[in-house]
Amino acid sequence: MTNNNNKLDSIAPQVIQAKPQTKHIASALALASCGLFVANGHATELAKNADDWKVDAALMYYGEQDRVQAIEAIGTAQKNFGDDSVLDLKLVVDSLTGASASGAVAQSDSQTFTRPSGNGQYKVAAGETPLDDTFHDTRVQGSANWSQASDWKVNGGVYGSKEFDYMSMGVNAGLERGFNKDNTTLFLGTSYSFDVVDPVGGRPVALSSMAIRDNFTTDEAYRAAFDATRQTSSDDKQTVDLMLGITQILNQRWLLQANYGLSSVSGYLTDPYKVLSVVDNNGTTEDIVYENRPDSRLKHSFYVMTKGALDSGVVDFSYRYSTDDWDLTSHTLETHYRYYFSGSFYGQLHLRYYQQSAVNFYQPFLLADTQLPEFASADYRIGDMSAYTIGVKFGHRLSGGHEMTYRLEYYQQDPKNNGTTIPGELQNYDLFPTQKAITAQFSYSF
Amino acid sequence: MRKITLIAVSLMIVGLTGCSSLGVQPWEKGQFARADMALDSEKLDQALDDHIYFSKEGSSGGRAFAGGGCGCN
Repeated sequence: MTNNNNKLDSIAPQVIQAKPQTKHIASALALASCGLFVANGHATELAKNADDWKVDAALMYYGEQDRVQAIEAIGTAQKNFGDDSVLDLKLVVDSLTGASASGAVAQSDSQTFTRPSGNGQYKVAAGETPLDDTFHDTRVQGSANWSQASDWKVNGGVYGSKEFDYMSMGVNAGLERGFNKDNTTLFLGTSYSFDVVDPVGGRPVALSSMAIRDNFTTDEAYRAAFDATRQTSSDDKQTVDLMLGITQILNQRWLLQANYGLSSVSGYLTDPYKVLSVVDNNGTTEDIVYENRPDSRLKHSFYVMTKGALDSGVVDFSYRYSTDDWDLTSHTLETHYRYYFSGSFYGQLHLRYYQQSAVNFYQPFLLADTQLPEFASADYRIGDMSAYTIGVKFGHRLSGGHEMTYRLEYYQQDPKNNGTTIPGELQNYDLFPTQKAITAQFSYSF
Repeated sequence: MRKITLIAVSLMIVGLTGCSSLGVQPWEKGQFARADMALDSEKLDQALDDHIYFSKEGSSGGRAFAGGGCGCN
């Protein structure tokens, strides 16, 4: 969920007066798009006000090398009412396919894994990082937010999303006030979400051994063993977020934003599709177990950003420090620099660097001769890692306040060993492989 | 954790006190009326980026709520 937590948000873009014909097309497009965001019954009502809506829509492709591919369509519609109140609607649809790292390690022999559903299995060739190729999902997400400005600006919103094995519902509210001739803006926001996790094949019993069909003589014996690794009911997760923010105008061109965020998550936080290899002293896998994460997590984040208006562009720099009671700390540095080649065409550079330290229960694998820990995960996403992004974007302002943008980004993750000694044959393999991804995006605003 | 919260709140208060002497007159705010100076001038990009990083990295949030509503992490 995102929030619009600054008074500056309400400042309208400088819109050039549209020519009648363009305006007509714009209205038609606006009307067509608005239909996406509301139930059919409201479409006629929207038609009357179509000219007042501001619509942003984007289509994004995200593709990892040999792994996950995603297509995401996002649309937002904003309506300003004359009385300083604003309605924001948002709809997101995304579709994911491809393989993701299961958490198991590569071996000198091919390996067989059971699919999450328990129906069928897949083989991973010798020397290859085990990937679960069953990853496939479609998600639909919608949200609505209302804000009202007077001396105090208040906002409230609702949120919902649904994917095959996951559902989330949330509410949020915020309070904002300007001080010091509106040079200083304070913001306090909160959100609550309730998520239901209903994994394919049921939730695995924590750290239970994966049942493999080949190890059983009959289907019945295999099914009984598989069922013993599963809890059939769904589980839930609750998130409470608090955010305190300040935006300060520093001088005629620069502003500074600082946020403190507190997030408390409780409930089912384990990834039901991730496993760990249990290896002997030679690095040979003896068993595959399902991971287990603690059922609560308290996160703090500190974010500071400065943004400046340049004669021929705009630039921002930000830094985020994040820490939590799983001992994961992260540092994020990010900058965007936009340059206007002409009044209607700009280019933008985006750079981001991210670095995180592993959670205290992260282990790339487990050792067979040691006792099973209470919590363990081999998910590289919560291990030691650095990542960077390099992106370019080009924007074209059209008549009537329309804008078209194209964005291309390269994202690379470099997972690292958290200090674990690598035994025997595992030394022959890259247990912390680099991940590379490309993002391509087209956006249109009117 | 209580210590961190205390430090954060203290920093906020110190920052706020310092801020009262900062700023410009209302008629000097022209640059901030530019659409590209709005904090959410690229809200779609931000939403898409947040979604990617939320699902691929161990921490999230900062600029906005930490988020959720995605069974991806």
